[in-house]
Amino acid sequence: MSENVKSLVDVPTEEFLLPGHAACAGCGSTLALRLTLKALGKNTIVTIPASCVSVIQGPFPLSSIAVPVLNVALPATGAVISGMEAVFRFRKEKRKIVVLGFGGDGATADIGLQTLSGAFERGHGIVYVCHDNEAYMNTGIQRSSATPFGAWTTTTPIGRYGAGKRHFKKDMPAIFAAHRIPCIATASVAYPLDLMQKLKRAQAVGGPAYVHIHCPCPPGWRFPPSQTIKLARLAVGTGMWVLYEIENGDPSTLRITVRPSKRRPVAEYLRAQGRFQHLPEREIRQIQKFVDENCERLGLEVARAR
Amino acid sequence: MKQALTGNEAAAIAAKLARVKVISAYPITPQTAVVERLAEFVANGELDAEFIKVESEHSALSACIGAAATGTRTFTATSSQGLMLMSEMLFVASGLRLPIVMANANRSLSAPLSIWCDQQDSMAVRDSGWVQLYCENNQEVLDSVLQAYRVAEELLLPVMVCFDGFILSHTAEPVDIPGQAEVDEFLPPYKLPNPLDPCRPVTMGPVGVPECYEEFRCMLQEATRASKEKLIEVGRAFWKHFRRRYGLIERYRSNDADVLLLTMGSLGSSAKDIVDSYRKRGEKVGLVRVRSFRPFPVKELIDALGSAKAVSVLEKDVSPGSAGALFLDTAAAFINVKRAPLMLDFICGLGGRDVSSLHIREAVRAATRAAEIGEVRKAVRWLGLREKLVGLRI
Ligand SMILES: Cc1ncc(C[n+]2csc(CCOP(=O)(O)OP(=O)(O)O)c2C)c(N)n1
Repeated sequence: MSENVKSLVDVPTEEFLLPGHAACAGCGSTLALRLTLKALGKNTIVTIPASCVSVIQGPFPLSSIAVPVLNVALPATGAVISGMEAVFRFRKEKRKIVVLGFGGDGATADIGLQTLSGAFERGHGIVYVCHDNEAYMNTGIQRSSATPFGAWTTTTPIGRYGAGKRHFKKDMPAIFAAHRIPCIATASVAYPLDLMQKLKRAQAVGGPAYVHIHCPCPPGWRFPPSQTIKLARLAVGTGMWVLYEIENGDPSTLRITVRPSKRRPVAEYLRAQGRFQHLPEREIRQIQKFVDENCERLGLEVARAR
Repeated sequence: MKQALTGNEAAAIAAKLARVKVISAYPITPQTAVVERLAEFVANGELDAEFIKVESEHSALSACIGAAATGTRTFTATSSQGLMLMSEMLFVASGLRLPIVMANANRSLSAPLSIWCDQQDSMAVRDSGWVQLYCENNQEVLDSVLQAYRVAEELLLPVMVCFDGFILSHTAEPVDIPGQAEVDEFLPPYKLPNPLDPCRPVTMGPVGVPECYEEFRCMLQEATRASKEKLIEVGRAFWKHFRRRYGLIERYRSNDADVLLLTMGSLGSSAKDIVDSYRKRGEKVGLVRVRSFRPFPVKELIDALGSAKAVSVLEKDVSPGSAGALFLDTAAAFINVKRAPLMLDFICGLGGRDVSSLHIREAVRAATRAAEIGEVRKAVRWLGLREKLVGLRI
């Protein structure tokens, strides 16, 4: 594979996530894993905290992942990959082994945030990918700090005193940008070339790299499995999810990598998912305002379609 | 070479002699000096290793797990709250069968906050699948860490070397430090059978469905049982190299004793003095010290305690609502044995409370009395409790 993933011909045919895995139909996280491993190649060791991917890879003695895998406890990934990377550094390993952590939004933004922050602060040569399906999906759709405002989950139910999540999504890339690590990028399964290009760069920088991938989840977000890519694309098209990269946490290096020609109203994205069906107009406007401000902050100045 | 060393220094020097490659630890009283010493060794080039200065004990053990899974010799050290924070990863380490060695300077648990010694911390994780060794003195701390690597690496089991906080961790004693060449001979480099390596992909720790989970636990149980023989074998090899003897238990003037004390850790040496004073008066009192709490030396204890009339257990831990852990396991060891001694449990020395000779004598007297009347009126008691302080009637 060439260093750049500009077109389909640059994408390797080799697969490291094999058929027969146990994912739900239309699973965004599985696609993220497949593309991540494709981009990073066979010299990768992946550490996986408790998550949907624990199940997807298959139970003992089956495995659908063709690179070495270490499954660990939910909060531990950042520290585990620190230890692993330290070994290869100590051994002066000649092969360029990619020490990869692949955790969900819960493992990244909540319970494992401390270990990850520690790993980034210490500057280990690791690649960490957050596959963000915007809730604890493996335990059956509970809110995480990465769940967007208004979303229904089983712990933010709709009722007399409940109207979905009352807090906005935690901005993980910004938190890690504050760690000044060399490479931070956001990605989406709807933009596979952009995603793989970013992982290539993450692999090349040598220091800590963080890639945050937006991964629609049909059962958790309540939409048909055939719509995963459409929704992921709509998230980018509405500015709900912005694709960019930052070097060394320096805001002046922020570069938008996929710029929608015209930003669609967020209502289009929200209305396509069961988890937002209860939202009143007022709250959709609130979300639109939040998204507008975020896009402006990131420099995504495109006209909004009406 | 003999040198005055604290328990913490002995542990750190042992890790250095073991040529550990990755160290990951987090400071906590009374273990902190282990971390500091190792940081110095690495900083001044005495030890060629990566020291990962993590942000918590959970991460300290996690980093050791990541490193050990690639087939590298690792070391960590902790105490008390730190061990509690590690507890999730303790089970992951043993379940993945990673030969990690840890030094634990025994300290009580909050609340109330106490930095002082008892053995509640390691007792709380006795079921984590780690071999647990309890040391009587600082020489044993150093020697046990070296032996721990042999046991760990030959059976793929993690090992915890426990020593009493402050009583050993901060007290200097003469310790014979073996030469590096001798240690290298005793403890060669090791190779993990199936390390994480892109050349030969393996999956570690996947989902174990009900059809196979139990077998994994049983394999861990069998390996831990096998570690008894291994500890004895490694003890023999250690004797050959260094002329110091170690087994699963230590027997002190116990062969013909009517009354026995049973304990772990540094209390062993205090108890030996008391035994001597009784022996001087011709009273048949002896001591058995458990060195290996996991694996639990059932056969050895039946042999050592079986012919006594009464045994007083002295221990620095309690399982509230039940009794002390050493007492419970010892009692269980005799469950299907015809001739069992009477047994009493003395909870003592919690949160750094001094266990004096008066207390130990009280335990001897109680066992003597039980032996005379042929029964135990109250099996679980507290030693040195200030009952008036809390208005308790025990
Ligand atoms: C210490 C601990 N607490 C809770 C759990 C239960 N648990 C397993 S997976 C999971 C959700 C993880 O969510 P996320 O990281 O978003 O990954 P996803 O399931 O969405 O793939 C939880 C809460 C656990 N394994 N460990």
